[in-house]
Order: sequence, then C-alpha cells, then structure tokens
Amino acid sequence: MAMTGAAPRADLGAFLRRGEGQPETLELLVPDVRCAGCMAKVERAAQAVPGVAAARVNLSQKRLTVAFEAAGGDAAAVVAALERLGYPSTPFDPGAAREAHDREGRELILAMAVAGFGVLNTMMFSVPIWAGLFGQELGSATRTLMMWFSGVVGAPCALYAGLPFFRSAWRSLKARRANMDVPISIGVLLTLAISFSETFLKGRDVYFDAAVSLLFLLLIGRWLEHRLRARASSAAADLLALQAASATRIGPDGALAAIPVAEVRPGDLLLVRPGDRLPVDGEVVDGVSELDNSLLTGETAPVAAAAGAACRAGALNLSGVLRLRATAASEDSALAAIARLVELGAQARSRYVRLADKAAAVYVPVVHTVALLTFAGGWALGLGPREALIRAVAVLIVTCPCALGLAVPAVQITASARLFRRGVLVKSGAALERLAEVDHVVFDKTGVLTLGRPRLVDPAPSVVAMAAPLARASRHPLARTLTEAACDGPIATDVVEYAGLGVEGTIDGRRARLGRAAFLGAPSHGDATELWFGFEGDTKVRFRFEDTLRPDAAEAVTALRARGLTVEILSGDLSGPVGRVAQAVGVRTWRAACTPQDKAGAVEALAAAGHKVLMVGDGLNDAGALARAHAAMAPGSALEASQNAADLVFSGERLTAVVTAVDVARSAHRRALENFGLAAIYNLLATPAAILGFVNPFVAAIAMSTSSLVVTLNALRTGGRRWTS
Amino acid sequence: MDIVIFLAPFSLGLGLVALGAFWWTLRDGQYQDPAGDAARILIDEPEDRPAA
Repeated sequence: MAMTGAAPRADLGAFLRRGEGQPETLELLVPDVRCAGCMAKVERAAQAVPGVAAARVNLSQKRLTVAFEAAGGDAAAVVAALERLGYPSTPFDPGAAREAHDREGRELILAMAVAGFGVLNTMMFSVPIWAGLFGQELGSATRTLMMWFSGVVGAPCALYAGLPFFRSAWRSLKARRANMDVPISIGVLLTLAISFSETFLKGRDVYFDAAVSLLFLLLIGRWLEHRLRARASSAAADLLALQAASATRIGPDGALAAIPVAEVRPGDLLLVRPGDRLPVDGEVVDGVSELDNSLLTGETAPVAAAAGAACRAGALNLSGVLRLRATAASEDSALAAIARLVELGAQARSRYVRLADKAAAVYVPVVHTVALLTFAGGWALGLGPREALIRAVAVLIVTCPCALGLAVPAVQITASARLFRRGVLVKSGAALERLAEVDHVVFDKTGVLTLGRPRLVDPAPSVVAMAAPLARASRHPLARTLTEAACDGPIATDVVEYAGLGVEGTIDGRRARLGRAAFLGAPSHGDATELWFGFEGDTKVRFRFEDTLRPDAAEAVTALRARGLTVEILSGDLSGPVGRVAQAVGVRTWRAACTPQDKAGAVEALAAAGHKVLMVGDGLNDAGALARAHAAMAPGSALEASQNAADLVFSGERLTAVVTAVDVARSAHRRALENFGLAAIYNLLATPAAILGFVNPFVAAIAMSTSSLVVTLNALRTGGRRWTS
Repeated sequence: MDIVIFLAPFSLGLGLVALGAFWWTLRDGQYQDPAGDAARILIDEPEDRPAA
C-alpha cells in the first residue's frame, strides 16, 4: 500500500540564471510576504543558507532575488529554508517579455521627464514673448534672444520626448496605415521646423513650447496606458509562476530534478505530488490517488487513478503521490490542442480595431486636408507663402490630437481602477472596449455558475463532529471541506493515510476510518461525490458533497438580461447536472457534454450570426472559446491557460462581478465617446480661428491645456454608480 | 538686460541638474519596489544593500 508522505525535494538547478561573469541568481515568488517583519525574516533566512551571497525581497512584486557566491548554488535549500519559516515559494523565470516591457516603461518615463523639463524651461522664455504679444515692452532683439533660448531648449527635448511617437508612426507608415502617431509626428516636426525658420527670420510666432507641452500631455496618456498593461501582465506572470510550469523528473538513479514542462520527453518518469497538476499526458506507473478533471472537462466527480490508468495533462492530483510515465511531450499533450485553439482565437481578436484608431482613421485625413487647404488657400488669396505656412502650422497645432490622445486612456485607466477595487482585473484597454459591445453571454457551468468545489450537502452536526477529528488529519479536499463544516476540535491520533482510499486513525481510543466506500466496505452510490465514515465494527455514515451554485448566480443572470443581454450555458459536464443548474439560474438555452472544440465552435457560430459574445469560463476546455469570444472573463480560480485567454479576471465568490464589469465597460465607452465629442467641439471652434490667423502661441497653449483638462475631468466620472442588488 | 545672458543658462543648468537627478534615481532602480522601501525603515538592524 503506497502511503503519502513528504517526497524528497527536487533539484531546482534548471531555474538558476547565470549572467555573464556574474554569480548565479534565483528568482522566487513568495506570495505571503506582506510586511517589514516578513521581509526581514525571509531575507535573513535566505542569507543564512550556505552558499548564498545576498538575498533581497521586492515587496511590491512579492519576489525574492537570491544571489549565490559560486556556481552550482543550492536553490532547493533556499526554498526549503523558506518553507520551514512558513513562506511557500515558487521559482520562476521572469522571461524576456517582461523585461522588454519594463524597458519600454522606463523609456516612457524618461521621455516624460525630459518633456516635463522642456515644458517648464521653454515656458520661462515663452512668457516674455507672450507679454510682447500683448503690447508689453519687449525689444525685438530681446524677443529674438528669447526665441533662440526657447528653441535651443525646446527642440532637443521635443525630439527626444517624441521618439516613442516617431517610432510608432514609422512602423505604422511602413505597414501602410496611419495611426494617431502619424499626425502627431508630422505636427511636431513641422512645428519645430517652422519655429526655427521664424526665429531666423526674426518673425513673431514660435511654437517650441507648444510642441513640447503637446508631447508631455500625450506621454501622460501613453504612460497611463502602459501602467494598465504592466499591472495586468505582472499579475498574469505571477499566476503563471504559481501554477507550476515545472515538472519533477525521476532520473535513472532515482534523483529528482525539477525541469521546465517543455523539456519533458515521452518515456520520462515523472513524480506528481498531491496538489500538483499533471504536466503532460501519461500513464500511472505506481501510486494510488484520485484525479480532479473539473478544470479539464467540467466533470465534478474525482476519478480514481491507479497503476496502468491513462491520465491527461492538467488534471489535479488530489491525494497520493503518483509516478507517471510520460506518453506525450507537452506540445503533443491534450493541453496543446487547446493551446492551438487559443492561438487561433487570439489571431482573430488582434484584428479588432480600437476606438482611438477608428477615430484616427477619420481624423487624420481631415486634419491634414484642412491644413493643406489653409496653406494653398491662404497663398492663393494673397497672404504670401510664409504667413500661409504659419497658419497651416497653427491649424496642425491646435488640432493636434492632444485631447484625443488622452480621451481614451484616461477613461480606461479610471474604469480599470474602479474595477480593480471591486476585484476585477482588466488586462488591456481594448478589453474594456470589446466588453462594452457585447450582446450575448455564454457561461461555463463548473467553476463559473457554481463554485467549482464540493460542498457538504445536508450535514448533520453531530455526525460531522464525530468524523471531524479524522478529517482534520487529512489533506484531501473533501476531508478539508468536512473540517470547515465542523468547529475547532481534537485531531485523531496514530493516523495513517492510505492514498486514493482514505485515512485511518484513533478517536477516543477507537479505530475509525474515513474515505471511499470500498475502504470502509460500504455500498457505493455511483456517480455522487461522497465520503464514508465509521468506527471499527460500527455502522457507516455517508457524507454527500455537491458542487454548489455561486450564491448570486441567478441574480447575475437576471441583471444581465435586464441589460439587454441574452444568456446561454455551454458545459462539458453531463446533461443532468447542467440542466439542474440551468433551471436554478433561469437559463433556457443550454448544452451539455461539450468538448473544447464544441465550445469554440459554438462561440464561432454565434459570432458568424452577428453576435458579440462574452464568454465566461474557467476550465482548460473553455480556453479555446475564451480566446475566440469577442470578450472573455475568467474567475481567479481558473487555470493559468484560461486566465491568459481571458481579458478580465474576477476574484471572489460573487458572479455579479460580471455585471459590474459590463456596467463599467459601458460607462467607459460612453465617457470615451463624450470625450471625442468634446474634442470635436473644441476642434470646430479652434480650427476656423487658426485658419483666420487668430491663433498665436499664447492662445494655442491655453487652448491645448484647457481641452486636455476637460477631457481628463470627464474621464473621472467613469463608472460612478455602484451596482447593488 | 545683459544679466539675462547669465541668468537664463544658470536656471537651465538648475533644471538640467534636476533632470539628471531624476535620471539617476530611475537608473538606480529606486522605483522598483516602493512598498518595500517604505517598509524597510521599520527593520531595526542595519543591513547592507546587495545588488538586486
């Protein structure tokens, strides 16, 4: 009889990072570090491990970076030391993508700082020039000097701060499209050129300050958007690290080594501890346990696994240590078929055109035509080429999409901050835009409409209290559920846990067993999730468990209907349980026994029929459908693959988070359109003024900052009303 | 007005010093862990800061 016990620690050498000529480092995610005390304890413990040169906690990211003195550092010893302290940790590879993202953020901040410096210092010279415009005493020599100062400071700042825009505009032009950055770049460069030539010719209007402040305001918008994406991607990366991208391989000599899942080859012998997910498809060599397939197929009842059983990647090992012979590499596993579905869906979704880009597609040609007409018309009407060009540049400056550049990011950052406080993580601004357009909602059953974990049905308190001492001694999920139903109390002694069967122990001097029907010699009731308990030679009692509905599932469905959305359930579970849930929440359209392909196909068919579908799912079997849907949400309990495929992730037990998200997304959409409206009104007023030559650098500066301020203030109104039942 | 010739570059220089200081804080990673830096002052014993 195989017994569960602490399996020896695996070698974590695969996660050490070696820099050129630098000591090895290890990145650990330590989710439980919360305060200064934890930090000090964790750092001290890690530094005390032999061979560790330095350890530093990053509290914001809950990461520990360990540097070793020499090659061949003992990573497992650090993990073990932390575990003894009560801080479980997971090694992870921060990955190239995340570092690239960090670098982009740093570049944006630096560009913003330079633009800020430029704005402050060109203004210092602009104010005397403006004063001169209003008839204050300013000799022409002094004015030209001020203009030169302004240009020498402003132009390099504008060129540096504009780099992110120039690069993006160039990329977009190479792809034969025009995004918002094209008019920005043309506007800035033309403004700088004209301002320099005016300075040379000792003219009246220079716009160095306008060019820099325009970039400063736009960079604020850019940076807000970047922060939104950075926060979501770092949360996703943490989840990825926590949900084990590693497998434990048993070497020919019996030594254990943690290896990245991608390196598992068919024929490898793997060790899967209770609580771990199966990294690849495989066949059980020895060990007895139960597998939870609920995230894989939607079935709620655990399946017994013993030697010879074939099992699939993604299943959760519940009770015993399993030794597994890999039958497929990770890219050939059942998981990979789902990953391909996700990829297809992501491609379809990347063709979505964002609101700001839609606006730019209209805005850019109009603005450039108007500027061109101003130049041509002005010259033809006898203004002279120089004055006509200045007016055309004035048109470009006042219409430069400062307000437009802030209109959408400001709204989306406000909306996602609101949602974040209510437990919904938004992964990108585009996700909010798509969510606002949704007209049909597809729910998965297990883990979405239900809580995805068994609850004790009709517990009799006296019986629960009787079995509780034994349940407290077990780590099996069903036993833990039983423990939660009981109050605090004693723990059984002399406990022996029989993997895949149950636990045996002594309560008040009597031997008792808790576990499967066969373990106690009781008649099984087939499909139901159950646990049996009995004292030796006494009657056996049965605990029945059922996956329960989220408390507000019906309420959420009703609220979605009230918002004009149609609701449907697609589940991989059997038709009995699905039908019962559908009836309980009041949904008439439902399908059971769907394969992952069925689900993705159904979502596809809905999209083909012109519906904009919101998919809410958690399982791997939903990942394809999540990626294919117009918008997708996943609960925080979902598998990493599903969370990656989803746009929004909600935490907690309340399903009304979906309703809140839809409400806030719609509100954000309205605010964004209002902002476009405000920007349009501003342009309608400012453009004729610029054409007629009423705009000077002072008016441009005032108009630009006012319109940006109005748009930002309007954005703060997003999602104001709190939705309650 | 000649004083402007000196004062303007001087104030620009001050601005550049501030910009340089900001650039240094950014390079030095002082915005990597705001929560940790705030909490660290509560740790009693002195500790030398390893290159993270």
